[in-house]
Amino acid sequence: MVAIIDYGVGNLFSLRSSLREIGAEALVSSDEAEIAAADRIILPGVGAFEDAARKLRESGMEALVKREAAAGKPLLGICLGMQLMFDRSYEYGEHEGLGLIHGSVRPIADVIPTGYKIPHIGWNSLRFVKESPLFKYSKENDYVYFVHSYYAAECDESTLAVTEYGADLTASAANGNVYGCQFHPEKSGNTGLNILRAFMEL
Amino acid sequence: MITKRIIPCLDVRDGRVVKGVNFENLGDVASPVDMAKKYSNSGADELVFYDITASAEGRRLFTEILTETASNVFIPLTVGGGINTIEDFDRVLKCGADKVSVNSGAIRNPGLISEGAKRYGDQCVVLSCDIKRVDGEFRVFARGGRDDTGMEAISWIKRCVGMGAGEVVVNSIDTDGVKQGFDIEMLQAVCDAVSVPVIASGGAGNIDHFIELFRRVPTIDAGLAASIFHFGEVAISDLKARMAAEGIPARI
Repeated sequence: MVAIIDYGVGNLFSLRSSLREIGAEALVSSDEAEIAAADRIILPGVGAFEDAARKLRESGMEALVKREAAAGKPLLGICLGMQLMFDRSYEYGEHEGLGLIHGSVRPIADVIPTGYKIPHIGWNSLRFVKESPLFKYSKENDYVYFVHSYYAAECDESTLAVTEYGADLTASAANGNVYGCQFHPEKSGNTGLNILRAFMEL
Repeated sequence: MITKRIIPCLDVRDGRVVKGVNFENLGDVASPVDMAKKYSNSGADELVFYDITASAEGRRLFTEILTETASNVFIPLTVGGGINTIEDFDRVLKCGADKVSVNSGAIRNPGLISEGAKRYGDQCVVLSCDIKRVDGEFRVFARGGRDDTGMEAISWIKRCVGMGAGEVVVNSIDTDGVKQGFDIEMLQAVCDAVSVPVIASGGAGNIDHFIELFRRVPTIDAGLAASIFHFGEVAISDLKARMAAEGIPARI
């Protein structure tokens, strides 16, 4: 059983459908006991970092996620959910994240040449920099779907995969049992379903 | 490397896919759910569903179809047609849409764009714009291309992007349905004016037209078409293979 944390941020329909598609038992929940009982957790999210971090904190989910991460439960952050795993974000100011993966979230505009559009929207390829069970069914240059204007920086030691968009942007990172994907596996066709399948087998 | 996207568009009325020529003489095609699955399997990068129903019953059917499609197809899904209020955003997002396309609703109430972007993020709001040349300028048309709004298109698009539209679909009424190729001049003008992704629509008749689009307007992000995909005149897998062979980045 995987719990998808519902803290009022983002559209959980596709994530739930894609997990059902791979035969995973998924539960969308904001109930601490239910989430704690699940054997793995997904933290979704779209929108602004500050707003999402506040909702996570106020709903009590921040403490819960930290506790479950420390207990060794597999955890997957998707898109903004991955960015929230980091120490801090510089999206409109400076905001504290969960600190489960070391690094900072910074504007893509800081590193890409002019002429590249922001947000980075569309299908881009993965280049693996570290082997991980999360990508055991994936291969070099598999395409996944991105939608983001900020990226995880200063996280070389935890980077699993990058994508090239005028610069190498962090596509996936992990610290122990805590994983993050900047792209949307639930929107990345069979490639994405394979990544979710691998997460369910961690 | 980021790829150029190929997007089939499904106009849905009373639960069926339709496609007309120059927005008129609408003809019936097939089941939207089956078509969406077929397109996803053949390499479509994204799908657009337009609800062109007027009745409440038609709207209910559209919502059901959207839910069923989003439960079975795992690529991005944009929904447009009849989006006039923030409640309409909410209705289609709950059924599994990823992005919401606004057109006439934004012309009537431009605040809809900023409201949608504020609540759901810029990436969720797609401006769809039907444009036709009138008196030597690009003019915005409303209500499915029937009404001349009198607004100049480039300034309208810039204004909408400023309010939070995260992508722009440019549909040239001048080239729509006649299958003589995309409106290169119009698309270049829009790409030069904004820094968000721009999707070309209207005029594709064969694979060469897509190649011409990506060659001549290198900053365009995607090509959208309907009837040529629906009637099997262009197979998406063939189109993708040809793009790759021509050195145009494509997801295969």
